[in-house]
Parts: sequence; structure tokens; C-alpha cells
Amino acid sequence: MFNYSLKRICLALVTLWVIITLTFLLMHSIPGNPFAQEGSMPKAVYDNLQSYYNLDKPLLTQYGLYLQSLLQLDFGPSLKSSSISVNDYIKNGFPISLHLGAQAMVIAITFGLIFGVIASLNRNKWPDYVAMVLAIIGISVPNFILATILINYLAVEWQLFPVATWKSWSHTVLPSIALAMMPMAYIARLMRSSMLEVLSQDYILTAKSKGLSRYSVIFKHAIRNAMLPIVTVLGILIANLVTGSFIIESIFGIPGMGEMFVKGIFNRDYPVILGSTIFYSAILIFLILIVDLAYTWIDPRIKVPGGRK
Amino acid sequence: MKKKLGSTLILILSTFFVLAGCFGGGTTKEPASNDSGKPSDETEETAPKVLRLNNSSEPGSLHPGTAQGTHDSWILEHAFEGLTKKTQEGEIIPGMAEEWETSEDGLTWTFHLRDGIHWSNGEQVTAADFEYAWKYALNPESASTYAYQLYYLEGGQEFNEGKAGEDKVGVTATDEKTLEVKLAQPTPYFLDLTSFYTYYPINQKVQEANPEWYQEADTYVSNGAFKLTEWKHKESIKLAKNEHYYEQDKINLDEVHFVIIDDENTAWQMYQAGELDLVYPLPQDVQGQLMANNDPEFVAGPDLSVYYYNINNNVKPFNNPKVRKALSMAIERQTIVDHVAQGGQPPAYSVVPPGIPDVNGDYQENTGKLFEENLDEAKKLLEEGLAEEGMDQIPNFTLTYNTSEGHKAIAEAVQEMWRKNLGIEMTLENVEFQVKLDREKAGDYTISRAGWVGDYVDPMTFMDLWVTDGPYNDADWSNAEYDKLVQTAKTTMDQEVRMKAMHDAEKILMDEMPILPIYFYTKPFTVKPNVTGIYTPINRYPQFIYADIE
Repeated sequence: MFNYSLKRICLALVTLWVIITLTFLLMHSIPGNPFAQEGSMPKAVYDNLQSYYNLDKPLLTQYGLYLQSLLQLDFGPSLKSSSISVNDYIKNGFPISLHLGAQAMVIAITFGLIFGVIASLNRNKWPDYVAMVLAIIGISVPNFILATILINYLAVEWQLFPVATWKSWSHTVLPSIALAMMPMAYIARLMRSSMLEVLSQDYILTAKSKGLSRYSVIFKHAIRNAMLPIVTVLGILIANLVTGSFIIESIFGIPGMGEMFVKGIFNRDYPVILGSTIFYSAILIFLILIVDLAYTWIDPRIKVPGGRK
Repeated sequence: MKKKLGSTLILILSTFFVLAGCFGGGTTKEPASNDSGKPSDETEETAPKVLRLNNSSEPGSLHPGTAQGTHDSWILEHAFEGLTKKTQEGEIIPGMAEEWETSEDGLTWTFHLRDGIHWSNGEQVTAADFEYAWKYALNPESASTYAYQLYYLEGGQEFNEGKAGEDKVGVTATDEKTLEVKLAQPTPYFLDLTSFYTYYPINQKVQEANPEWYQEADTYVSNGAFKLTEWKHKESIKLAKNEHYYEQDKINLDEVHFVIIDDENTAWQMYQAGELDLVYPLPQDVQGQLMANNDPEFVAGPDLSVYYYNINNNVKPFNNPKVRKALSMAIERQTIVDHVAQGGQPPAYSVVPPGIPDVNGDYQENTGKLFEENLDEAKKLLEEGLAEEGMDQIPNFTLTYNTSEGHKAIAEAVQEMWRKNLGIEMTLENVEFQVKLDREKAGDYTISRAGWVGDYVDPMTFMDLWVTDGPYNDADWSNAEYDKLVQTAKTTMDQEVRMKAMHDAEKILMDEMPILPIYFYTKPFTVKPNVTGIYTPINRYPQFIYADIE
């Protein structure tokens, strides 16, 4: 088990290095530059900016310099906002995105599981249809539309919640709901089909014939086994949610790190592009690793090489 | 194993709930109205007067020397003050300087600072602070984008290019209250520039003690009507009345709160919910609605910029002026403004926007319409032009614009007008902003959408765009007569000669039509009726220095 984990961690570091190198190359090969603007910029001004940020050096030197500072966990300055470094972006933005993502995840998992279970237990009856219609709406309505609708009714018309910004807990409610809708619908559908499959298994029949109550058949036997596919997708869902959603954060004016991914590219803000890519990759790789390790623990049937026999 | 899984799930879920709860106290329901309570509702006179606005992006830099762009300047203009400042009418009045004189050749300017001017930390503002600030911005090591705004100073450009020393720059504090400025060439609009933020002073002692003073509110020192009291990066900015400001009895607001919201729709909804008192910019469809309803809270402030299309003058048949003119004559500008742009923009039949003073009256008004929209004439010109180029029709070409709903709608309208009016077929193409700039510089386009915001209030900020090989002459147009007239206007201090030369040059430009002007921008914003005293000088965001809340 230990050997396996060590091997996976080494592999993760290599993956990360490949991602850094590829991103670095791609980023410098797309047209545009961080200082482009509509209008003229005297050559001297442009040269000063280039040399200030070491962009006049050969690409290989820049790459070396970047890796060097990365080893000291320094992601470099933002070329567009001189008051905050990329480290600040992550340090200030990540806790907020994490908080929002976590709340959305709680909503998504809780209601996703409930809807999925209810639907599967009432297969082809009205609760099933209601839950699945909700799920289809959740998947097909883009979250920016949902966000706009929520703001328009709950904030502007009825004034139950503030419209936007990130000041108190009541400010977090609408964005959490808007962000949760899609993963919730996804989990609900997955849970439903997974439950239906489990409920038709022989061991459920055995449990029933042994005279176990409906409650304990469902909660102790069915749900537990039906959860496995959900755990598989949770890694990616969580990575996406906690690193922030550009759209939701932009609509609700939330200072999370979602905008780094989009605005970094748009502005050709090289350190921001690299910083956000590395950070997201690291989180994703870490969570996939956790999920893989968690399998062996949740489901005894899955074994890893070198693991317990 | 069963128990383990169950307890793990409970642990994960409860962690999430704790996380959710520990923020701002989840149990106490904070009413939304708490945040949206209008300060004006307060009857007590002691209640602070707070103006709430949105800045649509985190400022790139709040250092006058390295700031660029409106997200920086809207805050800087209220936190700092230059030698001069602007009134509602755009008139330049004394700011930090009480009076000034200029030499006969227009090259030497001497500014006398007023008494009793202080930084927000209580220290005195001196002429040396101006000298220091201007040289700081020009220093190549500062890597300031707007350093070129100071190229008007003698030796300024050379210093920024690293060719000459700091001591050769034409700005000297001869004593604590006197600033002597030497210019590279006569610049009739230099006084206007002294109200621009690159020309603001910085506190030398503060800058030398802590070069990062401008990055956080608690180390921020400024000399204007307001001081920076809080800056939550990417979230909010708070300004408060500066008790050291010399005219503080004229300042009615106690505080100004900016939220940083980049979604226009959200900002508008916050305004509707009473969480903001002024919103700029507005979503395009909202502008249209407010205009149509004659909403009393809607203001279409003037703007110093023009929306136009570049034509690549090297591409056949667009190298022919008749073809270009035909295209221009077949655009129905009023329709675009009324139904597409929807912000009360004046249609453009020249390139210099309204609001710039001429020798007498308004420059653009004196210019009038330099061409007419005339379909018969357009068809005739197109036929003639094509014949001269040995073609019988325009081959399919592409109109390129940077990705944006607004630009797309206008491009579609133009496409339809040319199809209907001239029978021309063309393709629309949207590219990312950066890509568009790259391709324009490389000449890799046929027609492209562009806009220009004037740097200073003088027609020259538009006229020198199209001189031969000018850095922003993306149309790659060249006309010797035009170049000569612009040069004349640049080298004389005689306003009559200058203005006449520029009027003549603009006539040539619109006769040859290397670019197609569409409309002059406006600054449409909304402000709550209880807020008074907001004004919009032509090249500034809405100014709230003298604003009041009733």
C-alpha cells in the first residue's frame, strides 16, 4: 500500500511537470502579448515592460527562471494587477472558492442522493418523474441562466437575499444554489440508475427473504453499494467546484479564483495562466489519487498491487 | 467496514456544514435590506453620507505613475489632484497650482503651488513631489505604460528610452512652491494634460520608504479630496473624505464605497435592489429601455471617443477611395444608433467627437457633416471605383471584430445594409481581442472594427492617428497633404492656424475615407435621484467629488 502510494505520488509530480512545460510552451505560442492594447505604445515603453518582467530573455531562460521561483512556491507577479501577485490571487481567492464550492457540494450531494434514492424506490411512479424532470432541468439549464433567475426573483423582486458580492452568509446562498444545481442533477441521475441496479441484485433478494425490514435493506445494503459510482465522480466534481466557477463568481461578484482561468488567458497574463493551471492540476491530481486510494478502502473487492492480501 | 463508511460520510458532510456555518454566522439571518438601506432614509444629520458604486474590474495599479485605464483612473481622480483640475464644462481651473505663466515660445511653463496643500498623512505637498513623480513615471525601471504621456517634457522621451539621464528631463522644482516645466515642443493642450493622472504628484518620502505603498489601503497616501481607507483586492474599495484636503468644506460625502463587479447585469440588478447609487457601465439592452422610457435616472454623458471600421487600404478594390466612400455612404448610422447601440450616441460623419473647444464654439459642431449618406451616390461611386480597378463586383471579403455581443450586432447591421443597399456579400468573423490587434498590426485583415479614446481634449489626439506610417494607422493610408496639415497644427501655438489646419485635414480624411466612422460613444449611466452634483467632463468617468446625498 505504501509503495503504491509513493509510486502514485511520484507519477503525480511527473504529470505536473509535463503540464507546466506544455502550458508554458502553448502559452507563448499563441498570438498576442500581455501589454497589447488598442492604440499605439512607443517602442521604449514596450521594451521597458518586457525587460521589467524578464520577457525579453530567451524562452529557455524564462522557463528556467520560472521553474526556479516555482520551487520556492512563488508563482510570480500578475502582469495586469501590480498590487496582487499570483500567490495572492490563490491565497485570497481559493478559500472563497473552496467555501462556495463546499457549500454547493453539500447541497448537491445531499439533495442529489435523496432525489436519486426516492426516484429509484418509486420507479415509474410520479415521484420518479418529478425527480428526474428536475434533474433534466438541472443539467440542461446553464447555471448563468439559473443565477440570473435567482437574482431577479429572490433578490431584486422579493429582496430575500442580497444581489451580489461576498460579505455575509446570506450573500453565499444564491451562488451556492446556482452552482449546486448541475452536480446535484448529475448525482441524482447516477444514484437512481445505480440504485436500480443494486436493488435487482441477488443479495438484496436474500436480505429481503431473511426478513430484514425495508429500512435496513435500503439503508444498510442498497445505498451503501450504490454509492460507489458516486465516489468515482466526486473527485472531479469537487476539483471543479472548489477551484471556482468563472461564470458564477463573475455574476455574483465573488472574489474567488474562478476568473483567473479565463481572464489570465484573455489578458495573456503569463504567470496567472501558469499559476492557475498548475494549481488546478495539482488539486485534480491529488483528488484523483485520494479517490483511487479510497476505493480500496470502501470496496474490499478492489485490491492494489502491494496492498494487503 | 460498514460503520467506517457511514461515519466517514457523516464526517465529510459535517465538515462542509461547519465550513459553511463558520462564515458570518449562519444562524443569524442577515436581512438583505441591511445592505441596501438607503443612507438618505436616515433622518439624523450625523448619519454618514455614503455613495455606493461599482468599479467593473480590480484596478491594475493605483500608483499614478504606473496606472493605466479607467479602472485605475476612476479612483485615482478622486484620491489625487494634479496641478489643474476640470469643471463640469471641461474648463481647466487651478488645482494644486494656484497660478501659472508660460513663456512666449510656449516652451517654458512655471506653476505656483497654492498654500495649505497637504498629503493625507498631513505632510505638505511640495513642487519636488511633482518633479519626483514625473521622473519616476519616465524612469525605464518603473516600466510605466503611460510614461509616454510625459514625452511632452524636454528630455522625457530620451530618459524613458534610456538615452539620456534623469537630470536632462525638463521639470525642476526651483523652490518648495514653484515648478518649472520645459517642453520639447510647443503644446497648446499641455494645461489639459496637467489634470491627467500620470501628471499627479506622489509623496517622495512615502515612495522612498516603502515602494509598495500603493498596494494596500493602510500605506496609501494621496493628496486629493478622498483617501483610500480599505482595499479588499478584487472585492471592494472604500474611500473617505480626506480631512487634509484644502477645499474640504466643499466635500459633502463622508465615504465612497466601490464594489468590484465585472458583470454589467449584476451591477444593474444591484442598483435596482437599492444596493448601488450609481451604475456605469450599463448593459446595452437596459440602456435602450431606459432611453425609450425617458427614465429620469438615466444620463447619457459625453465621451471623447469614436467607433469606426478600419479598411485595409492595401487590399483591392479597397485601395480605391471611391469604393471606400461608397461603403461609408451606404451605412445608415442613425438606425444603428437607435436600434443597435442604443445609448444615445451621436452618429459620426467625421472623426473628432463633440465636446472639444474650437477657437469659437465646439470643434465638431463647426465641422458639421463631412459626407452624406446617399444610396444613389454610393452605387454610382462603387461602380466607378470598381471600373477603375478593373473589376465588376467586390469579391467576398471579411469584416473582423473582437468578440462581443455589441460589436456583433453592429457588424450584422452593417452587413445587412451593404447587402441591401449595394448588393455586396461579405462574411463576419469574430476573433479574440488580442488576435485582432495582432492581425491589424500585420495588415492581415480587410475591414476591422476599431475604437479610439482621446488621450487629451484636443482634436490632435484623433488627427495624428492617420499620419503616414503612424503607429496606429492600421488602415495603412497615406496622404502627403494630410501629413503636412497635421505637422502645421503640431508646430504652432496659434490656435486659429492650428484649428484650421486640423479642420482641413479632417476634410481630406473624410474625402478619402480610409476608415468608416460609425458613431461617437457616450457614457450612459444611471444615478439615484437623491444623489446630486455628479458631473462628467468629456474624457472622464462620472465625477463625484462635489456630490451630495439628500
